[in-house]
Amino acid sequence: MAEPPAEPPPPEAQAGPAAGRDRGPQEQPWPEEGPEQPPHEVFEPDEVHPRPQQPEPGRAARAYQGVGHASAQPRELRHSAYQPRAPGQEPYRAQDQRGGVCQPHAPGRAPSQSRSPEQYLCQPHGREQAPYEPQISEIADRQRYTLGQDSYRAQEPRQSAYESYAPGLDPYQTHAPRSAYETYALQEEPYQAYEPGHGPYQPHEPGYGLYQLGYSLYEDQIPDPNPRLLAIQNAKAYLLKSSTASGLNLYDHLANMLTKILDEQPTNAVDIIENISKDVKWAQFHKKMDTLRDEHEILPTFEAAEKRKALFLKAHGEGDEELEDEIAETPLPNVMETAFYFEQAGIGLSKDETYHIFLALKQLISVQPIQTCRFWGKILGLEMNYIIAEVQYHDRAEEEEAEEEEDNEEGGKGMGEDKEDEDEEKEDDEPPQSTYKPPPVIPKEDNGTGTNKYIYFVCNEPGKPWVKLPPVTPAQIVCARKIKKFFTGRLDAPVVSFPPFPGNEANYLRAQIARISAGTQIGPIGFYQFGEEEGDEEEEGGGGRDTYEENPDFQPLSVVEMVDSLSMWVHHTQNILKQGRCVWLNPFQKSEEEEEGEEEEKAEETDEVHQEIGPPLLTPVSEDEGIQNVPAWTAQYSTNLVPQYAVAILQSNRWPGAYAFASGRRFDNIYLGWGHKYSPENHTPSLPPPVQTEYPSGPEITETNDPTVEEEQALKAAQEEALAAVEEEEEEEEEEDEDEEEDD
Amino acid sequence: MDAASLPAALDLVASGGAGLSPEKRAALGASLPLLQRDYRFERVWFWGSIQGLRGAYYIAEGLGPDRAAPRSRLYSLNCVEWSLLPPASEDTVAQAEKLKGRFQGDPSFEYELTEIKAEDAEKLIEDGQQPVIKEEARLVATIEQIDKAVGIIPRGSFVKTPLGSVHENRNFEGLSLTEAKKLSSYFHLTEPVNLKNKTLLEKADLDPSTDFLDSLEHDIPKGSWTVQLEKGGIVVVLRSLLWLGLTFYHVPMTKQYGYVYFGTGEKNLDLPFML
Repeated sequence: MAEPPAEPPPPEAQAGPAAGRDRGPQEQPWPEEGPEQPPHEVFEPDEVHPRPQQPEPGRAARAYQGVGHASAQPRELRHSAYQPRAPGQEPYRAQDQRGGVCQPHAPGRAPSQSRSPEQYLCQPHGREQAPYEPQISEIADRQRYTLGQDSYRAQEPRQSAYESYAPGLDPYQTHAPRSAYETYALQEEPYQAYEPGHGPYQPHEPGYGLYQLGYSLYEDQIPDPNPRLLAIQNAKAYLLKSSTASGLNLYDHLANMLTKILDEQPTNAVDIIENISKDVKWAQFHKKMDTLRDEHEILPTFEAAEKRKALFLKAHGEGDEELEDEIAETPLPNVMETAFYFEQAGIGLSKDETYHIFLALKQLISVQPIQTCRFWGKILGLEMNYIIAEVQYHDRAEEEEAEEEEDNEEGGKGMGEDKEDEDEEKEDDEPPQSTYKPPPVIPKEDNGTGTNKYIYFVCNEPGKPWVKLPPVTPAQIVCARKIKKFFTGRLDAPVVSFPPFPGNEANYLRAQIARISAGTQIGPIGFYQFGEEEGDEEEEGGGGRDTYEENPDFQPLSVVEMVDSLSMWVHHTQNILKQGRCVWLNPFQKSEEEEEGEEEEKAEETDEVHQEIGPPLLTPVSEDEGIQNVPAWTAQYSTNLVPQYAVAILQSNRWPGAYAFASGRRFDNIYLGWGHKYSPENHTPSLPPPVQTEYPSGPEITETNDPTVEEEQALKAAQEEALAAVEEEEEEEEEEDEDEEEDD
Repeated sequence: MDAASLPAALDLVASGGAGLSPEKRAALGASLPLLQRDYRFERVWFWGSIQGLRGAYYIAEGLGPDRAAPRSRLYSLNCVEWSLLPPASEDTVAQAEKLKGRFQGDPSFEYELTEIKAEDAEKLIEDGQQPVIKEEARLVATIEQIDKAVGIIPRGSFVKTPLGSVHENRNFEGLSLTEAKKLSSYFHLTEPVNLKNKTLLEKADLDPSTDFLDSLEHDIPKGSWTVQLEKGGIVVVLRSLLWLGLTFYHVPMTKQYGYVYFGTGEKNLDLPFML
């Protein structure tokens, strides 16, 4: 809207800064003033805003000078260009040089500043005021600047508010580095990616090199005081030019920015002025109602929240009876109670996560026929983590499981037999067969015994479905001892290693769980005791007892005893032998059904296999070997300040991440870590085995040197001699015969 | 992590299993502000804890006006009384790197330097010192190594002023979710090494006030950081695989970020085999 010139400031302008915060680019902060209207029309971009109806360019130029003057508290920043110059100097010419979106100045424009930025610098503030003098006479009285006026009255007071900053600028003006000015003179481009003039750039920093020009680009242009007014008009016109890239113009942008600053009054605004500028630009392109930057991004969070919410909902309608059933006997462990005790030592997940796990376990129990359940721990992975539950099925459920597994295995074996038949037919002209016999496959232990005593379920996050891990085989355990790999979080990921791991990540995870359980599941002595069937010992071949039961007469030990002496703790999980099983099995032992002849033949070839013996169940923890000079366990109190309520905490040093606590009758174990054993030495991967001898060495395939010529001739000579000798003998015999005949 | 936001931050990094007991948290809440008062720090960071065989060290760092200046490090055995650690010299760091095994938990424990050169050993003996290194020195050297190698901050959270000093960026509103999942949005808070190796094209896109540090993109070996969204996508957690136990958290679109170390203070040299 065009206001008539020389009008007193409209009431809206009175509320200048106050109204400023509501103003978009469409509004003008300064009312029309001054008689010089025509130049505006030339430069008025209709499509953008009525801004061009500003007061005369001279006024505006001065306004900006004031503005720049005032807000450019650190002169080093961009507003250096806005400082009042000597008459005739055009501070905006600098923008010309960038060749950016700025359009060329109108022809006939006065040459720009004569002084190098240094001179601006050195000018005392008082003198800077001087340029205002000639202009004041041209302008109405109300536009006169006064220092110290209240900043929130009409436009002039606003400008004067800026002016009032001016005295404070003195120290800045003289101290700013020269180079900073040149840089700003060079680049006013609001869309520059970086802002040079940020101080002494090191050669490797991105801004280096820009301020090295060492001279002002405009030194050759001499100020001409006569077309100064025109220059000011041109300056303002230039400011009002809208950018070809974005449609903004500098005038509006600066006005918006200053409005925002005055509204919000941040402390040390000068330090964050560039960011404010960026924010103002941003705000232009965003509707105020939009509080999300990108709606798509939040979706994964919502999905995860949905899953977790599902945990909190009950599965089906609950009657009172079911509620009682639930409370009566449930295999659900009190995860929160355990978490409380561990938290006393600083171990454990956040309460939220623990509760989610609690509910997830409850969900697991409702789905699977589970007799006992325990939260085993959490193993971290690269992409996702694993939450692991250790369960035992009801007995009937175990039998069903065993049958299913046998079916799977038999299916596999059937295919193997077909293959063997085919091979037999081809055995006519084969190269010598390899005599390599792979070491016998040691069968895995039955479900419910040894390493497969418990069944493990894993999930990546509480709320996701639980997946059952397959039982572990001794080969997998043996291989897992030799490799060290991070878990990725996906159960079907292959494990690429040497020696090649027989299985995928699910098997590797299961093997590590088995190792960790065997090494770190401990409890107070006396809590468990062996059953009373001691006659079984001999039948198991000295493998030791593998079952235990709770001791009803358990007397809880004091925490002091538990911490001071490691022999108060015992392992309640069987140790895994070198073979990979808990109960040793002789791989060459044939069952009685096979022929004895085979046994005799093979007995000579097989190596002697020694029975492996490990520590029996319920061995005190004090017998655990340390690694080098690191003891196997570290025992601590949870608190030294309140010993009467302290909890005994044991941390494993062999498996970092395995913890156990005991307090009165309560004890538990947990594992929170990456799933690897500790070794002070670097992991050395196993070397490949030596190259096998493929064929037995025999004379028919052993290489010998061909006889040389001399040897052949010697052989020939020897043969001839032998022949000659034989002939002579024959001749002699003939002669003798002839002699005999003659005699007769 | 900043001492002021300690309780909330500990919750966010607890997914790794390591944390502090309520007693220690309460003690830190009381003693860290006192540290700030006594040593006149501008900021106090709870750096984490190093687990020794017989006890744990709790470490705090104090920062002055320039956040990139060398920080003062303090340790405590009980989170109540703190002792200032001497700054780590390069020699100390080099010697400590050779030491293997766990920390003992006793600050005055002395390690024998077995791999020292004969000349240095003689020199030391002449001075009347034994070729040993104390656990305190090893501690500060380890902290220095960890900070240098894996101490990270989100991009844009610190700005470099024209005078060269580094401050927190008050305009930092947090990374967006997509940005937070990228390794290039995080920087090492240490002297940059790779900046000069960037091509001119890359340098042109950088903002010298915020891009004055190395990003995590080119860390060797590749894959030595895991980036995960925890707590249903609320917080982004980065874990270092080179120093197991270093956890960095950031809640996207907020100003909350920080890193903490809960571990044994040993470098994971097996990393290339484990990936």
